[in-house]
Amino acid sequence: MSSRSSASGFGLWMLARRSLRQHAFSTAITSASLALACGLVMAVLGIRAQSESAFLLENSPYDAVLGVRSSATQLVLNSVFHLETSPGNLPWREYEAVRSAPGVRAAVPFAVGDSWKGFRIVGTTTAQFDDVALRGRAPRVARGGRVFDEELREAVLGSFVADKTGARVGDTIHPAHGPLEGGHDHDEDYVVVGVLEPTNTPADRVVWIPIEGMFRMEGHVLRGDGEEYHAEHDEEIPEDKKEVSAVLLAFEAPQVGMQLEQRYNREGKEATLAWPVSRVVLELFDKIGWMSRVLELVAYATVLVAAASILASLYDAMAQRRRELAILRAIGATRTELFASVVLQASAIAATGALLGCGVYFAILFVVRAVIRAQTGVVLDPFEIDAAVALTPLGVIALGALCGVLPAWKAYSVEVAEDLAPTT
Amino acid sequence: MSSPAVLRLSDVKKGFAAPEGGRVDVLDVERLELAAGEQVALRGSSGAGKTTLLHIVAGIVKPDSGVVEVAGSDIAQLSEAARDRWRAKHIGYIYQSFHLLQGFSALENVALAMKFGGAVDLARAKELLEQVGLGSRLDYKPRQLSIGQQQRVAVARALANQPQLVLADEPTGNLDREHADAALELILSLCRSSGAALLLVSHDERVVARFSRVIDLTALNRRAAAGARA
Repeated sequence: MSSRSSASGFGLWMLARRSLRQHAFSTAITSASLALACGLVMAVLGIRAQSESAFLLENSPYDAVLGVRSSATQLVLNSVFHLETSPGNLPWREYEAVRSAPGVRAAVPFAVGDSWKGFRIVGTTTAQFDDVALRGRAPRVARGGRVFDEELREAVLGSFVADKTGARVGDTIHPAHGPLEGGHDHDEDYVVVGVLEPTNTPADRVVWIPIEGMFRMEGHVLRGDGEEYHAEHDEEIPEDKKEVSAVLLAFEAPQVGMQLEQRYNREGKEATLAWPVSRVVLELFDKIGWMSRVLELVAYATVLVAAASILASLYDAMAQRRRELAILRAIGATRTELFASVVLQASAIAATGALLGCGVYFAILFVVRAVIRAQTGVVLDPFEIDAAVALTPLGVIALGALCGVLPAWKAYSVEVAEDLAPTT
Repeated sequence: MSSPAVLRLSDVKKGFAAPEGGRVDVLDVERLELAAGEQVALRGSSGAGKTTLLHIVAGIVKPDSGVVEVAGSDIAQLSEAARDRWRAKHIGYIYQSFHLLQGFSALENVALAMKFGGAVDLARAKELLEQVGLGSRLDYKPRQLSIGQQQRVAVARALANQPQLVLADEPTGNLDREHADAALELILSLCRSSGAALLLVSHDERVVARFSRVIDLTALNRRAAAGARA
């Protein structure tokens, strides 16, 4: 405070602030460690809450996934999140059967196995883009493009694919065999006729082509009836030869799911119905929940360690400041004021840490968001603040203030007569 | 003494717990008075209880018994927090080691004393520092000032809240002769001009000689006298 400062600037906050400035190095280190700890807790809580929310795909048009007999988790991971490999194929007749089942509003067949520049290619029908059947939640083609023609070698790109590859409408893409980059190239070329608007879902990471194209792709073998079949040019593929990796289903009512679950999961032996999709995702989160809890505990532990460093640094500072505190008492400061001043210091360190921690949180969230988007297509929103995340900085400040109590007590117990030696 | 008393002590006793157990009586003063504006030197042998007496008068230490009436209030009856506030408002205290706050400028040292005394008046704080010749050193920290300048800041701080009584504990003890004379002259003149009474502890005969009234605590303190007789 300079000679031009105002009288209102004098008070407990000034004492606290000046003391923090006098111990600037330890204040900075303590605040920084608390910022990292606070940001870590916020990030762990935020990522968990947002992941659960984002991966539940609450706006997904699909209620269930039908696939070959396997685990429901594997089916959902493969068909909805486009992760992992396909557990196998279902005969085409199963697709036809479920499509015509009562109460099935939409049935979208998926055939997988190829990729382009590392992005999965999914063969499907235009039902994938039927906004009416999919209750207004179908992916939309951005202006200037259109849905592929099921009879032609045309492709629609997910928004993330287009962003990353720079491919635009009119470009040609060249599918490769296998789910990963590096497989041998097929002979066929596909023309991009549309790019989807961002959905912030795994659909953004997919190249969509007609399912007929997948059947006819050079080198592909169909085994719909158990026999190997290679599609020939200009020859219609018999229905019994076709097969699908999965069928995504939308129901008129939840009861339909119950009926189909009974049919496929309890009475049947060939197929598995993953229904409802959200429950399967939740079960997956439950399975990996321990990991998130361990991370949470580690994050809490770092906060405790950082908070303890406030206690240690202030406690040591009090030992060095006994004379200064005694002088303050001598010129009229009460014990309570000194106590409050030290708690204020601890709170200020914690508040600085909490504020910087918010920055750390956003930094972590933006990095994690980019990684998760690149890996799954799911997009987290760092600005969608969960209540637990919002309360974390306040908790850190309260904890910091609490850590100031012991050093504050030391300041409270300073005796003027003893600490202002010498005596005459 | 024609003026009303600003300080009146009667039957004030103080003892402390001895490290080896039991209690050591250090002060037993039957009567001591200072009139408003009076300037008195207090001397006594080492360990006579001079600082303890000043601490009791300032409300820093509570006597075991007796009346300590300063500016009309018996401060021995006040709580510790009330004595702290009372001290800030009514007592100016100048220490031998100055006891300035090292992290604060000269102006802030004076202004902080005002803060605890009730209200910060920066204009008056600057005026006080100008009076002690530090008008150009307002923003200097104590370590940037000479010893003599530090003592002058301590004098300005003691007068910050226009006290009725200034206590000075060996205020020239850390100064060389030239600076000691100047500091003493400053204290005497500022107390005189502000109307504050002054009770100054010193064992320096040159300093004591400047006062028309000198109290010898060794004689006044019945405990010390008893110790001497024994």
